[in-house]
Amino acid sequence: MSLLSTRDLTVTYQTQGGPVPAVRGVDLEIDRGEVVGLAGESGCGKSSIAGAILRLHPKTARIGGTILLDGKDVLELPPGKLRALRWTGASIVFQGAMHAMNPVQRIGAQIAEAITTHHQANEREAMVRAGDLLEQVGLPGRRIDDYPHELSGGQKQRVMVATALACSPSLVVADEPTTALDVMVQAQVLKLLTRLQRELGLAMLFITHDLSVLVEVADRLAIMYAGKIVEDGPAQRVFFEPEHPYTKSLAASFPQIGDPRFRRAPTGLGGDPPDPQHIPGGCPFHPRCPEVFEPCPDVVPSLFPAGEGRRAACLLVEGAIASARGGA
Amino acid sequence: MQTPPLHVGIDAPIGPVVDEELPPPVPPGSPRRIRWARRRKALHRFWLAFRRDTMGMVGLAILVFFIGVVIFAIFADTSGTRITEATGQPLQPPSWDYPLGTDNYGRSVLTLTIQGAKVSLLVGLTATVITMIIGAAVGLAAGYRGGGTDTVLMRITDWGLVIPWLVLAISLASIFGQSLFIIILVIGLTTWPSTARLVRSQVLSVKERAYIERSRALGAGNWYLVTRHVLPNVMPVIMANTVLIVAIAILSETALSFLGLGDPFSISWGQILQQANDAGASTLGAWWWLGAPGVCIVLVVLAFTMIGFALDQIINPRIRDR
Amino acid sequence: MGTRRYILRKLVQAFITLVAILIFNFFLFRVWSPGDPVSFLTRGQGANISEQERQALIEDYGLDKSTWGQFTEYMKDTLMLKLGSSSFYQGEPVMSVFLRFLWPTLLLFGISTLFSMIIGIWLGIRSGWRRGSLFDRTSMIGSLVLYSMPEFWLGMLLLLLFSSTLGWFPVGGRISTNAYELSGFGNAIDVANHLFLPVLTLTLAYIGQFYLVMRSSLLDVLGEDYITTARAKGVSERQVLRHHAVRNALLPTVTLVALSFGYVIGGAITVEVVFSYQGLGLLTYTAILSKDYWLLQGMFLFFTLAVIVFNLIADFTYAYLDPRVREA
Repeated sequence: MSLLSTRDLTVTYQTQGGPVPAVRGVDLEIDRGEVVGLAGESGCGKSSIAGAILRLHPKTARIGGTILLDGKDVLELPPGKLRALRWTGASIVFQGAMHAMNPVQRIGAQIAEAITTHHQANEREAMVRAGDLLEQVGLPGRRIDDYPHELSGGQKQRVMVATALACSPSLVVADEPTTALDVMVQAQVLKLLTRLQRELGLAMLFITHDLSVLVEVADRLAIMYAGKIVEDGPAQRVFFEPEHPYTKSLAASFPQIGDPRFRRAPTGLGGDPPDPQHIPGGCPFHPRCPEVFEPCPDVVPSLFPAGEGRRAACLLVEGAIASARGGA
Repeated sequence: MQTPPLHVGIDAPIGPVVDEELPPPVPPGSPRRIRWARRRKALHRFWLAFRRDTMGMVGLAILVFFIGVVIFAIFADTSGTRITEATGQPLQPPSWDYPLGTDNYGRSVLTLTIQGAKVSLLVGLTATVITMIIGAAVGLAAGYRGGGTDTVLMRITDWGLVIPWLVLAISLASIFGQSLFIIILVIGLTTWPSTARLVRSQVLSVKERAYIERSRALGAGNWYLVTRHVLPNVMPVIMANTVLIVAIAILSETALSFLGLGDPFSISWGQILQQANDAGASTLGAWWWLGAPGVCIVLVVLAFTMIGFALDQIINPRIRDR
Repeated sequence: MGTRRYILRKLVQAFITLVAILIFNFFLFRVWSPGDPVSFLTRGQGANISEQERQALIEDYGLDKSTWGQFTEYMKDTLMLKLGSSSFYQGEPVMSVFLRFLWPTLLLFGISTLFSMIIGIWLGIRSGWRRGSLFDRTSMIGSLVLYSMPEFWLGMLLLLLFSSTLGWFPVGGRISTNAYELSGFGNAIDVANHLFLPVLTLTLAYIGQFYLVMRSSLLDVLGEDYITTARAKGVSERQVLRHHAVRNALLPTVTLVALSFGYVIGGAITVEVVFSYQGLGLLTYTAILSKDYWLLQGMFLFFTLAVIVFNLIADFTYAYLDPRVREA
């Protein structure tokens, strides 16, 4: 049984200008010890999924569908059980660790807070464990008495990772963990994450817009566009042999140096991601699609099988038109 | 007395970026005409946003009402304010003849209150002008030039903030005399420091923005930068602050008049309260005498405060929907 | 250590401000004020003062020297707390008059500010936490109205209601005229009786300001990322509020509270006048009416010194609460 399983997950924000559907029906599966990458441009809804898993959205957001974490339906849990599940079932490494830590509290205390909240140890033991966790992420244990502003960006991110591991979760959601960092530091943090994932056998949901990172790190890859998954499958194959035109454009934007397949200059994609309140009819990607053809503006493609363990939501996939016609 | 203007939510970097946008697709008039067209559009957008704020609209309504009162007061008969021409019985509660009752000399409290509006609002507005001119100038200079100028100006501002305003006002008024002019000057001189601080921090945040550096790289001089880039971005904050300062200035005049430092030849709401207190209105139960001017003060100050808060909300998107 | 340097810096700044105030005080009351400082000094004793005594006073206060000479003499005298004599109080030294009226004001001011702060901050927290609720909207309106009221007017209203109409409290003064007949406990009750309405007035007058600031800071803080992190860790809502939200929201509150000391003092002055409460406020009022410049000079000095001290306390409190300033 998979560790995390979402069925038709929807997240809709209520704003002054009306409801904004950020996530419009996502099916995601993550097995124990598996690393799944979730990629897409800004505004495609991927960060909303991270918040939805632990129900961290404000009350004004409507979350629909099912989220099964370790067999429990997160969306149906009463508040007490939800709080107990948070951090122990799954934890999050947030983007922008600069602001994700309480500036007036020592970092050791912030890590220990997670432990004592779940009654896993008393205060003293929790601080000891906090020190151990810091060592695990490559920081000296005595820094538990430091304040967040005394750390560099990369160090802060390491502390976030350490905090995420505090209650030994089965799943760690990394929401753009390297986005705000320098390239060198990015590499360090990535190495750290992969090492820990292997050592501890963690399952990870790695959310980012940087595809090149995911190719190295993820087992499976899912590409999101306009609130839905448009392609998924084994990471290497999705990246190097994309089926969906959007994936092709996205992958082409991250050339791999030395790889002859990218000898051509990277091509960008014209246009902007669609406004969630005005998603184009038919296939949402069709206005920007370089391979658009006749039925695209009218038919909404669902995820068709496109090879071994792969799916893509495009009418160009073999057999898609037939099944779309047959099913519809 | 009142506190420094409560810019709830504004401490430093905020404000919409009034960048030089692309000109609208209309036949190009002169650059000046384009600028003015843009400003009119911005003003219109601003009014639409303001209209949506209930608090702000209520404040505006109250303000309009009192402006009407002042206009009426200017043309109305002022004889009722002179003690020698008092027509009523002393200390009468409200009646048909005297809707707000009479004071201890038999003057109609209604007449007094209406006439009092003139001075209270006049002093409030004029003192605000002085405050804003000094405060904005100091804040701009300190924030923009930085370095030594900044340090010196900020020391002076801090010094101004440390002196309790009423004590300074009292000292100045009792030394230099009591007249409308002195009162206005005194209030202006004691209120500018908090504005200076606010303007300076806003200027500092604007200075950080990249387009200033870029503009300078293109050869822009200081005057150009200040008038075309810094000022338009600081203006919204200054506007919101001005409104809140009016509220404070009115309360300041009230307090000074209450302590007997007002102009003896004019009537203001504060002075009515002073006379009421001196005559022991509270102990005599003359609720109409101290109630009328007091309620007017509260309403006017409330109006300006609510408008100020509404402006704050429009300017600072962070604190919207509060 | 950063903290020591911070404290030192603040003390030096306060000292410089104090010196500037002393200089200003001198110019205001000695150089610019109309009339002859000698006559103000001797006026209190009227005609009962001999030429010799008059000459002695002049020499004592250096009033026959040049401006610079007078200034140095003034600085010396002020440091020794030799602040001249009050004309209203028949030549009694200003210092002695001041000490008599000091503790009633301290009592009034201290109690009111304490209550005002505690209640205002508590209401502000509750309001910000439950934004949009009925409680929030009513307390917001109430605070705005209180904020817009002149404190002395509020005092007059309360006096009207509770004293002359209901007769629950005395009409003014600090103690009853027959206070000397009362025992120790009776005395305390008497003082409390007279203190009640003034304290109520000042407390109500300033609740609004503390409320509005605290509420707004809390709303700011609640939008920060570290609040989401805390919730994600499974921390209970109450703990999130207490350890993360309020701890950070107190910072701007302390700053704004410090800025408003000067205004609160002004309020205390007018309220004492309304209730004829014999404290420093009433003393200042008397000084104005009788043009007692030496007394006014002393009052000016004291009140400003008080604000400087309060600001220092606020600065130190802020440094205690926010570890980031200690570094700078």
